[in-house]
Amino acid sequence: MSFFATLSEKPWLATDTAQPQPAMNAISLLNNQKRIALKFFLAVVTVIFSLFIITFLERSQFPDFQALAGQPWQPLSDPWRLWLNTGVLVAASVAMQLALYYARTGRKRAVLAATGVALTLTVQFIVAQLWVWSLLNDLGYYLASNPANSYFYLFTAVHGAHLIGGLLVLAWVFIRVSRKSLSDTQQSWARVSGNLSLCANYWHYLLGIWLVLFALLTSSAETYQLLAALCGF
Amino acid sequence: MTHTAIAEQIDESHHPSSFITRYIWSQDHKVIAVQYAITAIFVGLVALVLSGLMRLQLGFPDSFDFIDPASYLQFVTMHGMIMVIYLLTALLLGGFGNYLIPLMIGARDMVFPYLNMLSFWMYLLSVLVLMSSFFISGGPTGAGWTLYPPQAILAGTPGYNGGIILMLVSLAIFIVAFTMGGLNYVTTILQARTHGMTLMRMPLSIWGIFVATILGLLAFPALLVSAIMMLLDKLAGTSFFMPAIVSLGESLDYNGGSPVLFQHLFWFFGHPEVYIVALPAFGMVSDVLSVHARKNIFGYRMMVWAIVAIGGLSFIVWAHHMYVSGMNPVFGFFFATTTLIIAIPTAIKVYNWVLTLWRGNIRLTTPMLFAIGFIFTFTHGGLTGLFLGNVVIDLPLSDTYFVVAHFHMVMGVSPIMVLFAAIYHWFPLVSGKMLHTGLGKTHFWITFLGTYAIYLPMHYLGFLGVPRRYYSMAGTDFIPESAQTLNAGITVSAIIVGVAQLLFIINVIISLRSDKKAAHNPWEASSLEWQTPQIPPVHGNWGAKLPVVHRWAYDYCVPGAVDDFTPQNVPVDAAHLSEGEAEGDRS
Repeated sequence: MSFFATLSEKPWLATDTAQPQPAMNAISLLNNQKRIALKFFLAVVTVIFSLFIITFLERSQFPDFQALAGQPWQPLSDPWRLWLNTGVLVAASVAMQLALYYARTGRKRAVLAATGVALTLTVQFIVAQLWVWSLLNDLGYYLASNPANSYFYLFTAVHGAHLIGGLLVLAWVFIRVSRKSLSDTQQSWARVSGNLSLCANYWHYLLGIWLVLFALLTSSAETYQLLAALCGF
Repeated sequence: MTHTAIAEQIDESHHPSSFITRYIWSQDHKVIAVQYAITAIFVGLVALVLSGLMRLQLGFPDSFDFIDPASYLQFVTMHGMIMVIYLLTALLLGGFGNYLIPLMIGARDMVFPYLNMLSFWMYLLSVLVLMSSFFISGGPTGAGWTLYPPQAILAGTPGYNGGIILMLVSLAIFIVAFTMGGLNYVTTILQARTHGMTLMRMPLSIWGIFVATILGLLAFPALLVSAIMMLLDKLAGTSFFMPAIVSLGESLDYNGGSPVLFQHLFWFFGHPEVYIVALPAFGMVSDVLSVHARKNIFGYRMMVWAIVAIGGLSFIVWAHHMYVSGMNPVFGFFFATTTLIIAIPTAIKVYNWVLTLWRGNIRLTTPMLFAIGFIFTFTHGGLTGLFLGNVVIDLPLSDTYFVVAHFHMVMGVSPIMVLFAAIYHWFPLVSGKMLHTGLGKTHFWITFLGTYAIYLPMHYLGFLGVPRRYYSMAGTDFIPESAQTLNAGITVSAIIVGVAQLLFIINVIISLRSDKKAAHNPWEASSLEWQTPQIPPVHGNWGAKLPVVHRWAYDYCVPGAVDDFTPQNVPVDAAHLSEGEAEGDRS
């Protein structure tokens, strides 16, 4: 039913509502509810990152802002380390999707392996981001020495914090899967694959956000100027 | 982990067994609602005392040694922040949202009860962090509730070291708590409605809470973002908001940041926040008016559309709080126009409340008095909002008592009126006891007339140019002596109104201690929350079978109906007299 059709209903007309139908599958209902909650949560996450990005674009137009990329001597002009990290995060997303696929076919060992790989790769991504932090720090690009640096640390930290939140949930799912017996019913796998599908969506979404941040952080001052002009700054 | 409060499911939920799981670590939405409400009312009383202290200083300057300029600013800041966020938002959504959503839509509980419990404990943590700032050296922040940088984190502002940090951390925790609760509210409303409860059959309270929660989910991130960036400016020395600045003769390490950027972020949250508070209040007052006027709410669909429209518009008006910060005149025109456009759906709501009363069978109960009082205070507050929405009028009036009077009428007194209406209305449901009518009406009249005695004169002070947030007006030639007399009068009224709130507390205590039980549905309401098998509802709310809904929540005095109200779960056939009976009735 469309939104406008809902809003134009005539609520003052009483009708006899049919008696409830036999119970709908409780697990698929629960999965449905969690999916809706995740959608709203991702909306919240989107707003958070959008606002950060908007402030970034405005701040980038101030004279003291020195972009981290664009000229050969700037540290993110050849961001091969970040490309490497991106590859790790892409692999984690693929592993999540595989885990979901195996869960739908009820293969416990494969689910555990794929989830384990996803967990490991994601932790590796976070560690590798910290590695980039320490390199930048060694080069003298400190958190407070330039707003461009501040934003680099801020964006990667906030993105990492979201990944850590996801890791906690995924670890919980991993433990639950590891406790399942091999002879479990289709029904109980439905619940696991529901949870895994939420995790996979969350991973893909955070990957998408990372790609946006990656593109933004490694752009040149001219690109910022163009984007800021489009936003009216 | 969680149980599902879905329409078809039989009641197999986590029944609490011990005192601790029942009342402390409870996952029952009703207990969590009461926990939220008690915490919110407690901090609200703290903020009320703070406002009393401010008024003492303003009314009788130099008479109280313990109020110095620094502590005055701290009182202002903490009063504002506590009232707006920790009292109103928490009580309306955490308290009433939690209590009413499952009961009004016919669910057994929220869909994620565990998350709901976490939400309350995070909220309590945020309150404790905020309160702890009273006990650290330097005290709480005195930056004003808007926390504008650069002054919020620089020497010279009270609490610039510990206080502001605790404030920002507390806000961040509150936002996490709100997000947990908010995800629950929207998912429950969308997914756990009982059979026959279509979206357009929901009581307006639920519509208000629903849209307000969505606003909160989308607006609070702006506050979170600004809190994180300001914390970095304060703790790590970044320059997101901090410009190059000389403080106490010393040039600081900050460079190039934009304080106005913070203002944009803050008000991108701050303006929707007004409607996060107002929309649930709009909804609840609609239900109270309809029940006690024994008439269906006038223009239900228009009321829903107005709630949705106000929610959408509230995101494109924020910069009307920043006219004096300076902006492109085109933007000023844009924000003034959108601000005035919001008046249209809002006015529709006011007209519909009045038209609901028109030729109704009004019962002047205590909740009804508060609800009608709300129509007055909200109209007054709203009309001054039309003044301030215009750039040319806002500029001279900005930062005067006119603004203070405006937002206290529209956002302080009005939601409080609705909260009292709602508490008096739903108290029998929550506790099974009635609040005393005589005490309640006394409470109403003192509060209603008293708030006018406080805020009406403030408009005149504003016209005189009396600036807000000033500790003392001494030495300001343009302010006449008479303004001080007015200020003293306002203070006396404020103290009377503040003390009168004790009547309410006493009323609650007396009622809870009395043995007299409330009737099952004392106001003869037709909405679903009064149709539970037990009053107060027990865990699981509905006994063995969930209710089935056949109508909207406003069938009062329907021609040909058996009673003057028809509960939502009464089938169509049972609600109407047969032809013969109806004939006999008429003859």
